[in-house]
Amino acid sequence: MPPRTIGEEFTKGLWHENPIFRQLLGMCPTLAVTNAVINGIAMGLATTFVLIFSSIVVSSIKKLIPNQVRIASYIVVIATFVTMADRFLAAFFPLISKDLGPYVPLIVVNCIILGRQEAFSSKNSVGRSFIDALGMSAGFILALLILSSIREILGAGTFLGHQFLGSWFEPWVIMILPPGAFITLGILIALTFVIEHKIKQRR
Amino acid sequence: MELVALFISAILINNFVLHYFLGICPFLGVSKKIDSAFSMGLAVTFVMTITAVITWVINHWILLPNNLEYLQIVSFILVIASLVQLVEMFIRKVSPPLYQAMGIYLPLITTNCAIMGLALLAALKNYSFVETVVFGVGSGIGFTLAIILMAGIREQLDLSDVPEPLKGAGIALIVAGIMALAFLGFSGMIK
Repeated sequence: MPPRTIGEEFTKGLWHENPIFRQLLGMCPTLAVTNAVINGIAMGLATTFVLIFSSIVVSSIKKLIPNQVRIASYIVVIATFVTMADRFLAAFFPLISKDLGPYVPLIVVNCIILGRQEAFSSKNSVGRSFIDALGMSAGFILALLILSSIREILGAGTFLGHQFLGSWFEPWVIMILPPGAFITLGILIALTFVIEHKIKQRR
Repeated sequence: MELVALFISAILINNFVLHYFLGICPFLGVSKKIDSAFSMGLAVTFVMTITAVITWVINHWILLPNNLEYLQIVSFILVIASLVQLVEMFIRKVSPPLYQAMGIYLPLITTNCAIMGLALLAALKNYSFVETVVFGVGSGIGFTLAIILMAGIREQLDLSDVPEPLKGAGIALIVAGIMALAFLGFSGMIK
């Protein structure tokens, strides 16, 4: 395989290796926090922060970590940044922090982050790991935005807390409850398969 | 009486998979056959119970008295990782048949967010020691129940004609959604 250009390193996270729709990683936070767009954005940004800084640190100290304890070392690095993100949200955005509850600390076990360290940052330069982390985060935020927009608009008739659909609209409460999350994500994953199939046919 | 309510709500109402969305990876990954789903559920329940005990002790005897709450995330995840390793070695020594049954599922549990979620939720809700243990056992049983039901449905699903794009993860998520809908019916049980 020829080495990817910097641009491709970034865009692969958006579609071909999109963590949610294509790799099916990090499902727990995706399903849990997408009942409102604002929560989805907060979760996406917190994860982005952790992923980017963990990737930079792991790729710069990769030669110092003995192979046998690498997973444990990655987890300590990740946990450090997760703690920072958690404290930051609790201090500056207490309401969002309360809404997200245990899901911010749970970023530490988000398989996207550990997966990128193991599959990418431990083998590539700092610069490439940074671009990769940026692309993956963008893909993750994109997926969270799509899912949370659908759920908030249909489930509450609002977007970012503002009235979006008119008063004629009877909100489908089920969309902001757990079943709505599962079913919407299932349909979205099926849709990405269809689109991917169409793209392949056209080539 | 309150403990019974907590136990039942951990199994049926606040089900880890269908209400908190924790442990989705094994729920989707290891739910193709009923027996492997059962082993996974067993292993998770076992580790959850021990984790509940150990993290409670660490949180209340070491972290809280010294104002070190901000070390919760780091210490919990390290405890869970080493605990799973210890449990694995212990079971291999004491009960080879049980080890055979749990097999590869034990190491996978380290990255299972349900375990970490349990430790964090118990700390967040300020449960007493007994409550934490009851919560741990109940959540484990709830996870087992959900994953076995899912495996049963998916074994049937193999025989049915699913539209091409929905095959695999798509239909599994929709089935999970319908299951979550059914479990919502339990929420009126305990006020």
